[in-house]
Amino acid sequence: MTYITKPRLHHPQLPTNRLGYTRRDYEGSVSTLCAGCGHDSISAAIIQACFELSLEPHRIAKLSGIGCSSKTPTYFLGKSHGFNSVHGRMPSVLTGANLANRDLVYLGVSGDGDSASIGLGQFAHCLRRGVNMVYIVENNGVYGLTKGQFSATADKGSKTRRGPVNNDSPIDMVGLALQLGASYVARSFSGDKNQLVPLIKGAIEHEGAAFIDVVSPCVAFNNNPESTKSYEYVRSHNEAVNKLDFMVGREEITADYAPGTAVNVVQHDGSVLRLHKLAEDYDPTDKVAAMDYLARHHSTGEVVTGLLYLEEDHGDLHHFLDTVAAPLNGLGEAELCPGEDILARYNAAHR
Amino acid sequence: MPKPIEATAVMPKQIEATNDFVVKFANVNGSGSASANALFAKSVLRMGIPASSRNIFPSNIQGLPTWYEVRISAAGHLGRRGGVDMMVAMNPETWDEDIAEIEPGGYLLYDSTRDVPQSKFRDDINVIGAPLTEICNRTYTQMRERQLFKNVIYLGVLSALLDMDVDATATLIGEQFKGRDKLIEANLHALKLGRDWAAENLRCPLGLRLKKTDKVGDKIFVNGNDTSALGAVYGGATVCAWYPITPSSSLAEAFSAHCHRYRRDPETKQHKFAIVQAEDELASIGMVVGAGWNGARAFTATSGPGISLMQEFIGLAYFAEIPAVIFDIQRGSPSTGMPTRTQQADLLSAAYASHGDTKHVMIFPKDPHEAFTMAADALDLADRLQTPIFVMLDLDIGMNDWLIPPLEWDPNRTYDRGKVMTAEELEAGVEFGRYLDVDGDGIPYRTLPGTHPRRGAFFTRGTSKDRYARYSEEGHDYVDNMQRLLHKFDTAKRLVPQPEKRAAKKATKFGVLYFGSTTVAMEEAFEALDARDVHLDALRLRGFPFADEVADFIADHERVFVVEQNRDAQMRTLLTSELELDPAKLVPILHYDGTPITARFIVKAIADMVSVVTLAPLRKAHS
Repeated sequence: MTYITKPRLHHPQLPTNRLGYTRRDYEGSVSTLCAGCGHDSISAAIIQACFELSLEPHRIAKLSGIGCSSKTPTYFLGKSHGFNSVHGRMPSVLTGANLANRDLVYLGVSGDGDSASIGLGQFAHCLRRGVNMVYIVENNGVYGLTKGQFSATADKGSKTRRGPVNNDSPIDMVGLALQLGASYVARSFSGDKNQLVPLIKGAIEHEGAAFIDVVSPCVAFNNNPESTKSYEYVRSHNEAVNKLDFMVGREEITADYAPGTAVNVVQHDGSVLRLHKLAEDYDPTDKVAAMDYLARHHSTGEVVTGLLYLEEDHGDLHHFLDTVAAPLNGLGEAELCPGEDILARYNAAHR
Repeated sequence: MPKPIEATAVMPKQIEATNDFVVKFANVNGSGSASANALFAKSVLRMGIPASSRNIFPSNIQGLPTWYEVRISAAGHLGRRGGVDMMVAMNPETWDEDIAEIEPGGYLLYDSTRDVPQSKFRDDINVIGAPLTEICNRTYTQMRERQLFKNVIYLGVLSALLDMDVDATATLIGEQFKGRDKLIEANLHALKLGRDWAAENLRCPLGLRLKKTDKVGDKIFVNGNDTSALGAVYGGATVCAWYPITPSSSLAEAFSAHCHRYRRDPETKQHKFAIVQAEDELASIGMVVGAGWNGARAFTATSGPGISLMQEFIGLAYFAEIPAVIFDIQRGSPSTGMPTRTQQADLLSAAYASHGDTKHVMIFPKDPHEAFTMAADALDLADRLQTPIFVMLDLDIGMNDWLIPPLEWDPNRTYDRGKVMTAEELEAGVEFGRYLDVDGDGIPYRTLPGTHPRRGAFFTRGTSKDRYARYSEEGHDYVDNMQRLLHKFDTAKRLVPQPEKRAAKKATKFGVLYFGSTTVAMEEAFEALDARDVHLDALRLRGFPFADEVADFIADHERVFVVEQNRDAQMRTLLTSELELDPAKLVPILHYDGTPITARFIVKAIADMVSVVTLAPLRKAHS
């Protein structure tokens, strides 16, 4: 069983958000992943982000593929519809769902096994299309659910516990996302909640394809110190380029930074992303420079994290398809059926 | 310059026929012949004479042989007939096979600008040479003009030879190039060039003649991919995800064209549809499943190879119970097969698509007319049954223009959205179990994402689950769910289009089952079989699972022929396995060379079988 119901008792004084929901209202079932799994921290960050944003839980759709990471939607947002689809193909299911109803928040949760191998094509094309979604890859470099085989993001030269060495070059999901046209690209670490929660909030509020690569150590199969996907490695090599504060529009901007080190980005919904610069020479609005920066730091073994790229007015798939504002799944005969007269004209034109 | 009419010592027989013959054009693709050939077919129709056309084309863009066959039949027999009465041979590369196809006493029209050795003809056909290139080059200087107008010139020659109504053709040219007067004038001039030359130099008309009649009425001339797409528009499809593959691409493209015309908001001009050309068939079916899960009517169009790629998602949609419509425009298979030829060979791969115990609903339109209504029916069925629905078309229906009754739409028709629980029902506390059979028909209720703040959310998965959508590997939960799915499939047999029966004129122990594009040839075959005193009760299959009537029909007959367009008698396999029949009772009649089945083929195959089957008991008695 991977489904364990949580007791429904709430502490009477749990803090509530603007809609009156407590954090518990965004939780799911008890996780059945291994104790210490990075994925559980990401689930907690998603819960925190949705709670803080005061999203209505039922207005979020969570979709996933197959694998440990793809199991996690059961462990958060229990009041949301979820869809655990087929291996590597969450992006297409999510794209279709998004086309049907543009008014929901779409959360796609995947892993490196799911997205970097069979799913690489769908990963690429949903980002190219600008599907309005948050695409989280919980990246641990291994196939956990089938017991420790390499994934396509595994470090070259790394060993599995059973001995074989990985000779294949690793795929860098962030580099791909940048190249493919995602309009919000971030990398974070499951062990850094302070960084991850605002990044998820920013991604949810972003209109377009938002991709977050979250390094998430696999405690069972890939947490040895030399693995770039281990707790120890990321903690010692994490190079955060900026720190993000997320504020919805009406909140007073109180964070206090030295002049010249913070920049405010206003999103389409009025929310504000305040980016606090940690690396002086990093500009998240310059894609080419970002790619260069990432490549240079990657070569020295550093894991660059933070909001790596943001293109604010990129638009999303609905924008490109010029669909009506109303969700397509709500349209009925009156809006959709052209009627008898049109048919008479069609007939006449084919005689 | 050769003589226009080749004089031979013994004049061959000349086929005499009015409004009942076959004209075939042999061309090179990319030469612009398609529109001239279509103009010929439409001119025949405008003269009130029923006709059908079949485009036989290579999997290629330019330079390979292509044919266009027009069956003209005042009696309204519009299946492919087989044999050719008039061959317009414009492709030297296929000359030999084109000449061979002409019926004895038939006619050959060719470009006589260059000499063709006598040995290249046949003694038993009538050879008509017209110096088309010469006429063309005399008039036109530009290469492209020469190429295009040569087609119109042979149309002019044909027009005189067959005694066609030139006004009908002229009117069509006017309609086709409406608003572009120069083009109209140029085309009319080319038509006249050919017609005048023939009138002066050839004996016109031939034994083959076209005579105005009134047998076409208000019928329309259109292909099934276009009408299927229109049916999807009328049926309320809003999401189309597809990947280009012959012969299905024109369905998705027609959907796009129809939507841009009929589905834009009158004020904002924004689209009440979303069409995505996916990266592959895995993604196109994934998008359809995602959209169906989220309550939009969604479809994809594909062909055999696409069905192979979609298997895993089809299994998910079956098991998780998600509406989806898949138009399968079947082509020659297996593998890449014959991409531009027709077959009915995806029946088994659709019926049992994906691993494990699965069964899928299929419907079988017989022509573009039924494709229109069945496209809309499929969208209703998908929502009602919450499962993938296959609309089993083929290249013959999908890509060829058929003469069919005008399309009709009942203005009172509403969309059947199936069992979707509303926010009000959830609020009122109506019990919701995603996989709970409340009504006893095996069909559960579903909720759409975002419906109610506290109730009705569930997790959709391809893993096994209990009635409340909770993950479960308990054997009893699994069996309970699988049994309900089977029960749902049983419900489907009453909801799919029901079979159509045709009783023989005399009592008979023989029956015949057929479906899809075979219908038009079958209907013609009945007449010929009657004439041979072979009588058959007939049942046209229109849906799978099979209605009870199908089993009854088979039980009522000693032998039942199953006519289909594949090698392995796939429909017969479905019948024997699903209805638990003795296979010996079902006699396969199989046509699968990639060309549409003909009445001639059916008549011969069935008449031969009837004599064998009738004689068999005698032989048995004597042994």
